[in-house]
Amino acid sequence: MSQANLLERRSVVSHLLAERNDAIVVGGLGASTYDIAAAGDHDRNFYLWGAMGGAVMIGLGMALAQPKLPVVVITGDGEMLMGMGSLATVSLQKPANLTIVVLDNEVYGETGGQASHTASTVDFVGVARSCGISDARAIATMADIGTFASSMQDVSSGPRFASIKIDSANLERVLSSRDGQFTVTRIRGALGYGPI
Amino acid sequence: MHARTDAPPETAASWPEDIFAILQRFDVRQVPYVPDAGHSELIERVLGASSMRAVPLTTEEEGVALLAGAWAGGQRGVLLMQSSGVGNCVNMLSLTQIFRFPFLTLVTMRGEWGEFNPWQVPMGSSTAAVFELSGIKVLRASHAEEVREVVEAAAGQAYNACTPTAVLLSQRLIGAKVFTK
Repeated sequence: MSQANLLERRSVVSHLLAERNDAIVVGGLGASTYDIAAAGDHDRNFYLWGAMGGAVMIGLGMALAQPKLPVVVITGDGEMLMGMGSLATVSLQKPANLTIVVLDNEVYGETGGQASHTASTVDFVGVARSCGISDARAIATMADIGTFASSMQDVSSGPRFASIKIDSANLERVLSSRDGQFTVTRIRGALGYGPI
Repeated sequence: MHARTDAPPETAASWPEDIFAILQRFDVRQVPYVPDAGHSELIERVLGASSMRAVPLTTEEEGVALLAGAWAGGQRGVLLMQSSGVGNCVNMLSLTQIFRFPFLTLVTMRGEWGEFNPWQVPMGSSTAAVFELSGIKVLRASHAEEVREVVEAAAGQAYNACTPTAVLLSQRLIGAKVFTK
């Protein structure tokens, strides 16, 4: 069910990535990966189809390896809940080039729309802040999405965290490649690393 | 975190130093870990190394995902943990097959060789089998003098052949933890 006062996920992601430049983008399994694919396939897209709870850590490993590149993790509330400790781990490392975006529709959309913890109690912005990520915010307008998208390019002022409440409409899936070796080899190739 | 007793005389050779030298030689850059007393000397060395990034984790599975991201970004890593942490990794170990990336983990064993704490025994007993079921090759070092060649072989096959590998560092090597009041 679409809700008028909430943002629409595909518009949010395509706006976030419209001027991504050299950024690496990691998508959490499920709808977030579909959103990233819908915004346009890219050889620096890191699509996940599993490893629930691992998106932020994959982003951290990438961000530490490539400190001059913006690294953006876009994931959902369910995936973020499963890897919530990784916010504490990120904060300790202070990766200045890492941005974490949670698209929060307050449900597990892929499995039938069961309520997630954010529907009633959990506040991700508070969680991120208390883990030590001081640049943590809730974003509620498309204008603020645009401002935030620009800040993602700054590799000297992160880590930053944004929680974006989106409507819970189930959209048509846009399927990315689900071949992990292809995905990683393509990213490595884009960064100048050949096969072993 | 409890410390262990001093290592018995036959393990006095600095096997953590041997491991550190191998990791440096293989250009390992990211070292995620959940602390274990058996890894304390190696962790200290990593924390003091300018070429390495020590990454303390809240749970071991974070380390598997971190190493996948590191590899995609052009860096090698190694995950340090205790046997009880292996169970925390199971689903995330899928990444070693999905990405075929050079996964290496060094695991200090509990739940064997004179263990005092029964809570360590179930996971310690299934550690090797869990890895094998997950498609990870398992090597073991039980004596100080064999640590170097075992870790060298593990690093070689992990980094050169992208063969995911775990080295189990036996409790016999590390010394059983002693609990005193």
